[in-house]
Amino acid sequence: MSKVKSLADLKRVREEALKKQEAKNTASRIQIVIGMGTVGIVAGARETLKAILDFIAKEDLQDIAVRQTSNIGMDSWEPIVQVIVDDEPGISYGKVTAEVARKIMKEHVIDGNIVKEYVIEIQ
Amino acid sequence: MTFFRSHILVSIDPLSQAKGAYEIIDALNDELVAQGLIDEVQVLETSRIGDPEIYGPDIMVYPEGVHYAKLAPEDIHFLVKEHFLKGRVVDKFVVKQIPKSDDELGPPKPKEVRVVLRNCGVIDPYNIEDYIAVDGYMALARSISDMTPEEVIQTVLDSGLRGRGGAGFPTGRKWQFARASQGSPKYVICNADEGDPGAFMNRRVLESDPHAVLEGMAIAAYAIGSNQGYIYCRAEYPEAVRTLKIAIEQAREFGLLGDNILGSDFSFDLEVRMGAGAFVCGEETALIASIEGSRGEPRTRPPFPAVKGLWGQPSNVNNVETYATVPQILLKGAEWFSSMGTENCKGTKTFALAGDVKNTGLIEVPMGITLREIIFEVGGGIKHDKGFKAIQTGGPMGGCLPSSNLDLPVDYESLGQAGSIMGSGGMIVMDEDTCMVDIARFFMEFTQEESCGKCVPCRVGTRRLLEILTRICEGEGKDGDIETLEMLCEQIKQDSLCGLGQGAPNPVESTLKHFRDEYEAHIYEKRCPAKVCRAMIRYEILEDMCTGCTVCARNCPVDAIHGERRQPHIIDPDTCVRCGICLQVCNFSAVTIK
Repeated sequence: MSKVKSLADLKRVREEALKKQEAKNTASRIQIVIGMGTVGIVAGARETLKAILDFIAKEDLQDIAVRQTSNIGMDSWEPIVQVIVDDEPGISYGKVTAEVARKIMKEHVIDGNIVKEYVIEIQ
Repeated sequence: MTFFRSHILVSIDPLSQAKGAYEIIDALNDELVAQGLIDEVQVLETSRIGDPEIYGPDIMVYPEGVHYAKLAPEDIHFLVKEHFLKGRVVDKFVVKQIPKSDDELGPPKPKEVRVVLRNCGVIDPYNIEDYIAVDGYMALARSISDMTPEEVIQTVLDSGLRGRGGAGFPTGRKWQFARASQGSPKYVICNADEGDPGAFMNRRVLESDPHAVLEGMAIAAYAIGSNQGYIYCRAEYPEAVRTLKIAIEQAREFGLLGDNILGSDFSFDLEVRMGAGAFVCGEETALIASIEGSRGEPRTRPPFPAVKGLWGQPSNVNNVETYATVPQILLKGAEWFSSMGTENCKGTKTFALAGDVKNTGLIEVPMGITLREIIFEVGGGIKHDKGFKAIQTGGPMGGCLPSSNLDLPVDYESLGQAGSIMGSGGMIVMDEDTCMVDIARFFMEFTQEESCGKCVPCRVGTRRLLEILTRICEGEGKDGDIETLEMLCEQIKQDSLCGLGQGAPNPVESTLKHFRDEYEAHIYEKRCPAKVCRAMIRYEILEDMCTGCTVCARNCPVDAIHGERRQPHIIDPDTCVRCGICLQVCNFSAVTIK
């Protein structure tokens, strides 16, 4: 750890510390959960994940957390992405390619409209 | 800015470094590159996560908040693949966190204002970065770079901050004296010898926000012109001592303690000294003697420590809470601080609320709040909805105040006039079932035991007080006892050397003043109105309530209860030891105290 040599130095350390605190902040308003089990990865979940991360960086979205989960047992629907906004029940989307992911991010996460055509409906 | 979905915090305190923390960082970065995750996962350094002795090298993964411990570089390939590629937590490295319940300090209750306690339970006390993130050490940095020592003292003076150890001497004035004193070196001392039974405000600050105390001390050192500080902490607080030592170590690493702090010519370092648990060592001159390695006994003042303190040098002694308040005064300004409280008492004060209230624990309230507000709003009222009888403020040397004093504003002067003290902040609430003579005896037992024995009034006087009180509680009180008690109290107060002796009679004096009828009932009627003193009570079984179930007889440890099954039982008063077990076990409320 380099020593703090001045007031400006301390401010820099504070900024870094704040960034780390933000990273710790698990209670984000919006949560995106991606199924990253073996099936998910084979079905292209990595590309989906990358597309989502790029989108967040490009649009500079705040208060959002991207997490991964493993196989949830609906292999034919992979890649699966779940979007949770506030305390509302999560919406699960199936067959989310990179393109669909960008559509979901724009329409659901930003505009607040569920993208019905990709929602997994359990009969 | 790139958005990272996950952050890995690697602890790089010295011990973790020795155990290979940097090798872990390298391995993590290599592995993230190899698996194509480097754009998604960021590796950061942090000063400490778990105890490195047990867990090091360890990492913390966010947003999941998973703590992996005892890692080796060769584990990293598997860990990265499983956790970051496949999203599976690798159980074999996980440190299971036991969720901690915080009995001492809940979320702020109505009327609470958290200044000193603001970081408690919020930041990680073992990680200096957490403190820096909430503007920690900013006040010290600003003081050193933008202010003269005189300006610092003036700000503290303007804020109206008074000593939180209990006596309430203006902190700024104390610093002025120490600064004006001739002699070098000067010392800054933190009194962390919190000895009042049931009080734990200082322990909590030391354990949860140690850097605030270190920063406050460093500011005081800058203000008075000192380079060396001591924290005198009682040995009964091993966790506080450990936390302090870690905090001091980290502050040194960051260059916030040590030589040439923040590139200036101000140098300051700190040492923790442990006390052996004598209550009197909370008195500043006894505390200084104890740091010097002598027996912890007070001496006459003047000369005050500001003139002749540690090793005969000018010293500034303040309490933990006082130091912890200082950084925020310098950050937010004297006006912010003085906007809280009353005309003569500014700011907030922490109290350890104990006894018969619903919400016991640690509270912080603005000065000038009434006792009623503390008990019934912050404390939630008396337990089991019983009646309020008295509140004892300020630890064993405080007085007991009755319900007529409930609307008293809590500040140094009002409490003093009412016959009690602010003290360091203990508050014991007593309900209607408390015997005030017994309480006075209880506190006297404590002070008598803790009297250091140096001066006669305290050593012999408290002993005599205790003897008389014990006699009264045992039903042997005589005419004239009350007058003797009053005379003794007066003399002990006047002639004792230090605060311990001067304060010791307070519980007796205040109960004599407010609950004289109880003393009289004990002495003249041989009756304990609260039914506490065993010599004056008798357990009896109500004939018409008793079903003859024999539970009491079977549980009586001395076989004092007789009777046939399904017939009312009788307690033999000569055999009965008044343990009260029969009252507890009876299912039919048939046992009463007469």
